[in-house]
Amino acid sequence: MAAGALSQDLGSVGVAARIRARPVVVEIVVLVVLAIVALAGVGLGSVRISPADTVAVILWRAFGIDVGATWAPATEAIIWELRLPRVLTAMVIGGGLAVAGATFQGLLRNPLADPFVLGTSSGAALGAAVAILLPVDVAILAFGLLHALAFGGALMAAFVVFRLGGSGGPGGLTRLLLTGYAIGSVLAALLTLAMYVSGSDLRQIFSFLLGGLAGASWPRLVVAAPLIIASCALIVARSRSLDGLLLGDSAARHLGVDVRRERGILLALASMATAAGVAISGLIGFVGLVVPHLVRLLVGPSARRVIPISAIAGAALLVAADLGARLAGDVPVGVVMALVGAPFFLFLLGRTRSGYEL
Amino acid sequence: MTIEPILAADGVTLAYGARPIVIDASLAIAGGERVAIVGPNGAGKSTFLRALTGVLTPRAGGVRLCGAPIATVDRMVVARTIAVVPELAQLPFAMPVDEVVALGRLPHEPPISGLRPSDEAAVVAAIERVGVGHLRRRDARELSMGERQLVFIAVAVAQAASILVLDEPTAHLDIRHQVEVMELVRDLNERDGTTIVAVLHDLALAAHFFPRIVVMDGGRIVADGPPAATLDEAHIRGVFGVDPALVRLPAGAA
Repeated sequence: MAAGALSQDLGSVGVAARIRARPVVVEIVVLVVLAIVALAGVGLGSVRISPADTVAVILWRAFGIDVGATWAPATEAIIWELRLPRVLTAMVIGGGLAVAGATFQGLLRNPLADPFVLGTSSGAALGAAVAILLPVDVAILAFGLLHALAFGGALMAAFVVFRLGGSGGPGGLTRLLLTGYAIGSVLAALLTLAMYVSGSDLRQIFSFLLGGLAGASWPRLVVAAPLIIASCALIVARSRSLDGLLLGDSAARHLGVDVRRERGILLALASMATAAGVAISGLIGFVGLVVPHLVRLLVGPSARRVIPISAIAGAALLVAADLGARLAGDVPVGVVMALVGAPFFLFLLGRTRSGYEL
Repeated sequence: MTIEPILAADGVTLAYGARPIVIDASLAIAGGERVAIVGPNGAGKSTFLRALTGVLTPRAGGVRLCGAPIATVDRMVVARTIAVVPELAQLPFAMPVDEVVALGRLPHEPPISGLRPSDEAAVVAAIERVGVGHLRRRDARELSMGERQLVFIAVAVAQAASILVLDEPTAHLDIRHQVEVMELVRDLNERDGTTIVAVLHDLALAAHFFPRIVVMDGGRIVADGPPAATLDEAHIRGVFGVDPALVRLPAGAA
C-alpha cells in the first residue's frame, strides 16, 4: 500500500518496516544513488575527470547545451566514446537483470530463482562458445556472431524449457524449475565439451562466462537497450498479475488473472530482457538474484513496487560494481559485486526483524 | 422458476481422465441464498465447486452465472461477481497481512496505479469485519493456520463480490473461531445480501447456520433442501455411514 491508513506503522517493528511505509522515499533515494554512481562512473577511471567537466561534456554532446566550460578533446572522447556508453550499458543491463530476477522469483513463487533459472545462461554461453569456435567471422556494425548466437541461445533455451515444462497443473512450477535445471545441465555439458576442445579460444569463452562491460559501445547499446527497456516496461504493466500469483495459481485465477497466459507472457518478457543483456555483457550473476530481495526488504513484496525499484537499484548496483572493477584494475565485475555485495546483503538480512527468510 | 438464478449448474459432469468425479449435478442458486454443500470425502464437493466458479470446464453440462455461460464471461467480471476464499497456500515472500488482504482488490483497482482510496477503505473494512485488525502488520507467513484461514477469508471479503464461495472455511479453526466464521458468513448474507456457497464437513454447523443443504455422495447430488429434509437419519446413515446419534443437530433440524 503506497499511502494512507494501511501504511501507518505501529512502531517497534524496526527500521525496515518504517521505510516500507514510504516507497516513494525509497524510490527517490535509489534514484539519487543511481545519479551519483552514474556520474562517478563517467568521471572516475585511469583518467580522472571532474564532475563539472563531466556534466558539461554530456550536456554539450547530448543536448547541444553550452555551459561555457572548456575541456581537452581527449576528455570529450573518454567521456563520450568510452565511459558514457559503458555506464549506460551497465545501467540498462543491471536494471534488466534485476527486473527479470524479480519476475522469475514472483512467477515461480521461488525466492531462489534468478534470471538464469530457465537455462538462459547456459544457452547464451553455449551460443557464445559456438560462435567463438566457428572459423567464420561475420560482423554487422558492432554485432558479431557471438552476440547473435548468445542472444539466440538464451531465448532458445528458455523457449524449450517453457515448452517442455510449462504445461501447468498441480506441481507445475516444480516441473518447470526441474525442466530448467535439466535443460541447463545438457547445455552446460555441451559448453564444457566446447571448452574442452577450444584450445587457444578457451580464454575468450571464459571471459564471456565471467561477464563484463568492456565490450560496451553506442551501437550495441542502441540495439540492446530498447529490447530490455520495452520488456521491463511491459512487465511493469503486468505487475498486477504477478501480485495475484503471490497467493498461488488458483487464487490468482479467482482474482481474475488468466494464469497460463500471463505466466507465458511474463516468462517471455523476462527471458527477452535477460537474453538481450547477456548477449552484450556475458553472464553477470548476483544482481538478478539479490536486488529484488533487497528491494522487498525495503518496500514489501508487491510487484508494483518491487519491479520499478528493482530496475533502478539493479542499474545502480551494476554501474557501481563496474566502476569498482575498473578502478581495481579491470577485475571481472561479477567478482566485485559478489565480494562487496554479498556481505552487505548478509548484513541487511541479519538486521531485519520482519521474519524475512530466503 | 421465474427468477433467473445467480449461479446455476445444469447437468454438470466432471472427470479426471476416465474417472468421473461429479455426475450430472444440477443446482440453481438464487441471489441472496445461503447454501452448504456436504458429503463424505471424495464425494466430489470441491471439484463441483471448481466447476461452479469457472475454474474447471465440465465434460458435459454447463454453469451459468447470471444467466450467461460462465466460460463466456470476462475473467475480471467473474472475479468481481464470485469471490473464493483462497487455499491456504504458503506465501513465497514475507508479506504483511494488510497487503495480503489488499490482493482481494485486484479485480477492482486500476491495473497500473493500484489501490485507490476506496480500495484501501474496502481492505480496512474487510480486516475489521473478519476481526484480524490485530494482525495487520504481522508477516502472514508467521501466523497460525487458524489466523491464516481468517486472513484468507478477509481477502475474499475485500473482493466484495455478490457471491462468496468457501471450501472448508472452518477446517483449521477451533470451535469458537468456527462459530465466529459461521456468524460472519451469516451476517454477510443477511446484512449485505451476499450469496453464500460453502463446502462444510461439520454437519451440525451446516444445519445450524444454513437454511439450504446440498448433500453429495459418489459424485451425485442426493439431497437438496432444508436441513430437516436433507440431514435426516436416513441420509446420515446412508451417505456418511455413521450412527446418526453421533451427529448432534440443532433442535428441530432433524
